[in-house]
Order: sequence, then C-alpha cells, then structure tokens
Amino acid sequence: MDSSGLGVRRAVGFVAPALVLIGIFLVFPALWTLYIGITNYQLTGPAAANPQVVGLDNLVEAVRDPLFTNSLWLTALFVLFSAVIGQNVLGFLLAWLLRSVSPWLRRTTEGLVLLSWILPSTVVAFLWFAVLSRDTGTLGLLLGQPETSWLVQYPMTSLIIFNIWRGTAFSMLLYTSALAAVPPSQLETARLVGASGWQTVRDVVFPHIRGHVLTNTLLISLWTANDFTPFLLTSGGPNHQSEVLPVLIYRQALEGGQLGYASAMSMLLLLGNLAIALVYLRLLRRRA
Amino acid sequence: MAGITVEDLSTVYPNGVRAVDALDLEIADGELFALLGPSGCGKTTLLRTIAGLEGATDGAVAIGDRDVTRLQPGERRVAMVFQDYALFPHMTVSENIAYPLRVRGVAKSVQQETAVRTAEGLSLGALLDRRPGQLSGGQQQRAALARAVAASAEVLLLDEPLSNLDARLRLEARTFLKRLQRELALTTVFVTHDQAEALALADRIAVMDAGRIRQLGTPREVFQRPADTFVANFIGSTPMNLVPRGSQIIGVRPEYLSPAAEGLFTGVVSIVENLGVTSLVTLDCGEDQIGYVVPEDDEPAIGTTVTVDAPPARVLRYDKETGQLVR
Ligand SMILES: Nc1ncnc2c1ncn2[C@@H]1O[C@H](COP(=O)(O)OP(=O)(O)OP(=O)(O)O)[C@@H](O)[C@H]1O
Ligand SMILES: [Mg+2]
Repeated sequence: MDSSGLGVRRAVGFVAPALVLIGIFLVFPALWTLYIGITNYQLTGPAAANPQVVGLDNLVEAVRDPLFTNSLWLTALFVLFSAVIGQNVLGFLLAWLLRSVSPWLRRTTEGLVLLSWILPSTVVAFLWFAVLSRDTGTLGLLLGQPETSWLVQYPMTSLIIFNIWRGTAFSMLLYTSALAAVPPSQLETARLVGASGWQTVRDVVFPHIRGHVLTNTLLISLWTANDFTPFLLTSGGPNHQSEVLPVLIYRQALEGGQLGYASAMSMLLLLGNLAIALVYLRLLRRRA
Repeated sequence: MAGITVEDLSTVYPNGVRAVDALDLEIADGELFALLGPSGCGKTTLLRTIAGLEGATDGAVAIGDRDVTRLQPGERRVAMVFQDYALFPHMTVSENIAYPLRVRGVAKSVQQETAVRTAEGLSLGALLDRRPGQLSGGQQQRAALARAVAASAEVLLLDEPLSNLDARLRLEARTFLKRLQRELALTTVFVTHDQAEALALADRIAVMDAGRIRQLGTPREVFQRPADTFVANFIGSTPMNLVPRGSQIIGVRPEYLSPAAEGLFTGVVSIVENLGVTSLVTLDCGEDQIGYVVPEDDEPAIGTTVTVDAPPARVLRYDKETGQLVR
C-alpha cells in the first residue's frame, strides 16, 4: 500500500489541498444543484427568499413539459448526427486518407482542421454568424441566395454542420494515432489478397481500433450533449427549433428565473450522460 | 503456376535511396529461390517490388507471361509471408487461413473446407479454433504459410520466414518449408541474410549487394566458386581465407585446407575454436591469418608450425583491383 514510504498521515496531508479544492469547486456545486432541483427556488420573487422543498415535482413537470421533450429530442439528434456520425466518420476518414498523401498536404490539412478546434467558441460562433447570416452572409453570397438566413431557416442543420466542423479535429487526431498502431504488415496482407478499402477497414483496422472508437464516441457524445455553443449561434430559436438541453436549461434558469426547475432538468441531463457512459463502458468491457 | 521475370528493375525510395538498382533476374516456374545478402542490400525492397507493395521506379516485373509492373498488389496473384507473420490477432487460425477466400466472396462452406484442408497439410489441424496469440512462434509461422497457400497465388514470397524462430525450430521449419514447396511446386522466393539457410533450402541463390546481384547460381556454384571477393566473404559458415599474392588474391575455404608436407601456407597455430564435430584452427602466417578445419580430436597444439594445402581445383584466384574471379 504505502510504496512511497510516506506514512498514511503525511500522504493524506499531501492530497488534502487538492481534495478540498475539488470539494469546493466540484462536489459542492453538484450537490447544491441536486438540492436546488427539489425546491421551487427562483431568481426573483418570494420563492427566491424562501424556497420550498417540492420533492420530485420538478422532475415530473419536466418530463411532461413539451419544451423539455422537444429539447431532449433535439439533443439526441444533435449528438447522433454531429458527434456519433459526423465527427466520428469524418475524423476517421480524414485520418485514414491523410496517411497516404504527401507530408505537406497532410500537415496543412491537419493544421486547418486543428484551427477550428483551438479557436475560442465565441470567436468561432461569430465567424459562422458572418458566414451564415442573411443578406451579407458569405455562404448566401457564394450560392447566390443572399436572402436565405441559414440559422433561421435551417437551425438544427446549421448547428449540426457547425459542430461537425468544430469537433472533427479531435476525432481526427485520435484516429491518426490509433491508426499508427495498426501493424503495416497486416494492412499489406489485406492489400495482397485484394481486399477493398472498406474490407480492410472492417476486417483489419476496426478490430485494432475498436477501443479507440468507443472512447472517442463516448467523449465526443458527452461534449456535444453538454455543449453550450449552440446558444451563441441560434439562442435556441427560432421558436425553440434548435433549443438543445443546455440552452433550454440556461434559458429556463436565467431568462425564466426558474432555478429549481432548471436544476432538475440539469439532473436529467446528467442522468442521460451517465446512461451514455454506462452503455459505452459495457461495450468496452465486452471487448476484454 | 508461373515464373518471375525482372527486367532492369530499379526501386528508389522518396528519400532518394536506390534500394534496387537496374536489376535483372529470371526465376523459373516452381523454383525455390533465395535472395541473400547483408542487411540493407535491398532484398526486402526487391521482394516488395515484385509484390507491388513498392512501386517500380524503372523497369518491369512479369509473372508468367503477364506484365504486372503497373498492377495493384491484389491483382498480381502473389502471396506473401511477412517477417512478423501479420496474422490477424482477432481472427481464429481457420478465419485467418480462409481470409483470402472471404475477400473474394467465396461461399462460407468452401472457405471452411479450404481452411481445414490447408491446415491439415501444415500440421495445424488441431489449432483451427485458436487465435494467433495462443500459438507458438513455429505454429504462427505455419499459420501464415497456410494463409499464403490458401490464397492459391501463382507466386509465394517469404521475407525472412525463419528469422523469428529459435535455432532448433528453425531447422525443423526449414525442412518443413522445403517439403511443402516441393509438394506444391509453387514458385517461391524467400529473403534471408543467413547464408546457411539459403544454401540448405534454395534451388538457386542470388547474392545481393547495394541493390545489385553479385552472383546468381546454385548453392553449389555459389559455395564452391564465389564470383568475387564480396560473395566469397559472405558465403560459408567459416569465412573464406583471402590472401593477397602479387596482383591477385588467393581464396581457399577453411574446409578445403588440410595439413600437408608442403603447400600453400605455413604458419604458427595461434587459436583453436571448437565447432562441434570439427575445429577451426587459425595459423599466423606473417601478416595474414589462415583458418583451416580439422576433424575432432585432431587439433594441433598451439605454437606448433603447420603447413596446409588444398586440391588445386579448390584454390580460387581473384583480381586484386576488381575483386572478380580470375580462374
Ligand atoms: N521505406 C523506406 N524509405 C526509405 N528508405 C528505405 C525504406 N525502406 C528501406 N529503405 C532503404 O533501402 C535500402 C534497402 O532496404 P531493405 O529493407 O530492402 O534491405 P534488406 O536487404 O531487406 O535488409 P535487412 O536484411 O536488414 O532486412 C536500405 O538502405 C534502407 O535503408
Ligand atoms: Mg529486409
């Protein structure tokens, strides 16, 4: 147990500051959210001064709330199309195709893709605003349809494409390093027996990188489910058409002032995240 | 079944290394052919260029009467066994063996049948349901061979097929490989840097250096009459004696030298090395050191003076300038 020979007491002394910080900034807010979630706490008014415990009423109300179910559905679409499919597939394809191109083309592409990942969300959101907005938007001008307001007419599609653009770099990097671990002789054996690209990926590459695929899918699903950048682009509109859960929660809490209700919805989001994580862990374990 | 013709073939890597340099080679149908040479001489590159895994910079490769120079590896009908065997770790032995058929969309039952038949032929029958990780090195090597055989290619290419086996197993696998090749009568090219392996296995050997062939011939020819001093140095389990004499270099194998009343070399015994059934004796003759082989229990005492001689037919003369065989 005590391999460093510190003695338990001193060892505890060393980790205590970290534990205290984690406690203050992570555990306490989480528990506080849980608590608020069972009250009728509000931003203003009598319930702000004297919140009452209302038990599970908030949760029940959320599940019955069409705004919430709409939002849940949009979040599921957002995660499925922009992360599980979009970033995953595009990231893998980029990593796979870039292996065989000349080094400078590879480095240029990787650099460009990375740029979208390291720029701050606010900057990126305004860039996209400039591209997608009505009348002066770059895309509209390029397509000769300046009257189209992409973010208003196709809000979810815009968000999905935006998030694919933004997040693909991570998947690409992860898959690039995963592919480096596939023995070249196995790929060449597949080539020699005449396997197509798809057969090679399915029979040789995928079994090697299965763990990476699962880990990557888990990470990008959770990030996407909790992503708040959509608010910067569409604010959930028009008419709740792009109101993914983090946006709904934010609007309920700070625009609607319903802190208790919004906390309850955060709890549901947290449960959703946990469910996703459990499914992935189950899949990962089945591999071993 | 088909032979291989390599014509004026060059393979240059992007970094400018000319690994195969204007090389001509003809390998007969059904032949067991060895590419032999020191590390980095381009053996693997030549093999990979024949397989199509490296593009030829210049020249042509033909298999049978098909020019395959511009064909994809998958269209060349070649099978290859890599040094690390490249078995798919997540497939069973039987799935591995049947993989070439699966890629072609052959019916499952035929795949299974072929896997069983091929595995039987390579004494893998009991291991069909194991994964590569559960096999010994020798079994993995045979599984990789089985997969290559099951591909029913016209040409079999082996890159150092025995180098990952321990010395004992290597002998066994060597015999096994030779018998299998005889049974299949499959044109086979294998790469090795072990001259004993090449001599033991091959019908013909190409000794390579710096991307070119130094000598091409049967094991006997290459062993008895190395075409130049490079080959002479490289072939043989004990290095050949190469002694400058005037404008020539005299080459004699230690195995062909024996004590005589008068002869080629006279010197003082300085070292005796035990080789098992024989011993290698080193004589100091002035500047030069001469090795010769004596039967066991026949070793001279260190410090004695010995004269050795060889049958005239076994004494080779090389030009000092060019290193080429003169006679
Ligand atoms: N992918 C590559 N890119 C650039 N140069 C290479 C590459 N592969 C091999 N070379 C060079 O080409 C030459 C021939 O290499 P090759 O692998 O064919 O040698 P080899 O005879 O198989 O050697 P060994 O017995 O060590 O396997 C070497 O000088 C090597 O450094
Ligand atoms: Mg090699």
